[in-house]
Amino acid sequence: MTGIAYDAGIVLTVVVCTFLTRLFPFALFGRKQQPHPLVAYIGKTLPPAVMAVLVVYCLKTVQFTALPAFAPQFIGIAIVAALHLWKRNFLLSIGVGTVCYMALVQVVFR
Amino acid sequence: MYYLKGEGTAVRKLIQFVFIRTLPVLFAFLFLGIAFGLLLQRAGYNAVWALCISTFVYAGSMQFVLIPFLGTEASIFTVIFMTLSINCRHIFYGLSFIEKFKSMGKAYPYMIFSLTDETYSLLCSTKVPEDLDEKKVFFGIALFTHIYWISGSVTGALLGELITFDTTGIEFAMTALFVVIFIEQWLSARNHVPATAGLLCGVVSLVIFGPGSFILPALIAVVVIILASKNTILAKEGAL
Repeated sequence: MTGIAYDAGIVLTVVVCTFLTRLFPFALFGRKQQPHPLVAYIGKTLPPAVMAVLVVYCLKTVQFTALPAFAPQFIGIAIVAALHLWKRNFLLSIGVGTVCYMALVQVVFR
Repeated sequence: MYYLKGEGTAVRKLIQFVFIRTLPVLFAFLFLGIAFGLLLQRAGYNAVWALCISTFVYAGSMQFVLIPFLGTEASIFTVIFMTLSINCRHIFYGLSFIEKFKSMGKAYPYMIFSLTDETYSLLCSTKVPEDLDEKKVFFGIALFTHIYWISGSVTGALLGELITFDTTGIEFAMTALFVVIFIEQWLSARNHVPATAGLLCGVVSLVIFGPGSFILPALIAVVVIILASKNTILAKEGAL
């Protein structure tokens, strides 16, 4: 298969799987029916675990060989976390955190 | 759009209410959408791709994770497993709205499709005034936030072709998004074993398998650990 067709296939797979996860409760659970305890358990416990893996995923190329290769990421995360714990405002935490990180990699640790 | 039809002033009132309610998400989605579009464009995919992906996938975190997979002929199994585990948090969003959405007729499938983190939190927190139709407000919130996300992404991809300033570091928007969602989940969880297990599995798997292929083993390990420690976690915490 050519590159573009394969890419379109990947996107389509993501479209279908994303819709399926959203459809899941509507397709399976009726009006007053409670979800199976195992489903309820996974639904409660898996999301924070997956998000933790995704945070590690974002840091996968970090190297501890030189300061500029890890300091911006960790300072950026500290800023995001501190802002979010303080204000609980998504846009503020993400926006200010990203701008600070860009300043760090472009100006401070270049 | 049929759903928003009605008498002129009533529609204006509805749109006004929905717009003001969705304002915080407008800014967040424009920012994140532009970051997504820029990254996508940088990876070699133009605004048409941004338009299609943001219209039909419409899942912020997953879209960022999707970018590095494009052009690599990644295994479809990996893509399926990643999408299901990253989006599994959506399973529980729907539970609160089963009855409400079912009563929305033709808009029902769209309401399910568009139930993102942000839409969910807006729908949960919106008190609809008595003179407005709750169903129309719900549909309006879903549609407006979807349009914000699409506009941001397409703008980002177009900007990517024109932009003259240095966008190095814009990819941190994804890290920031995940950190913020992680903190929200940490604060609302009573048991922190799953979150801690996720961090450990991620780091250990990264050390063993390297940056190119660590995520799938990490996610599988997380699922196994969570299933294996079910009784311990439930016994310790009671009902979650």
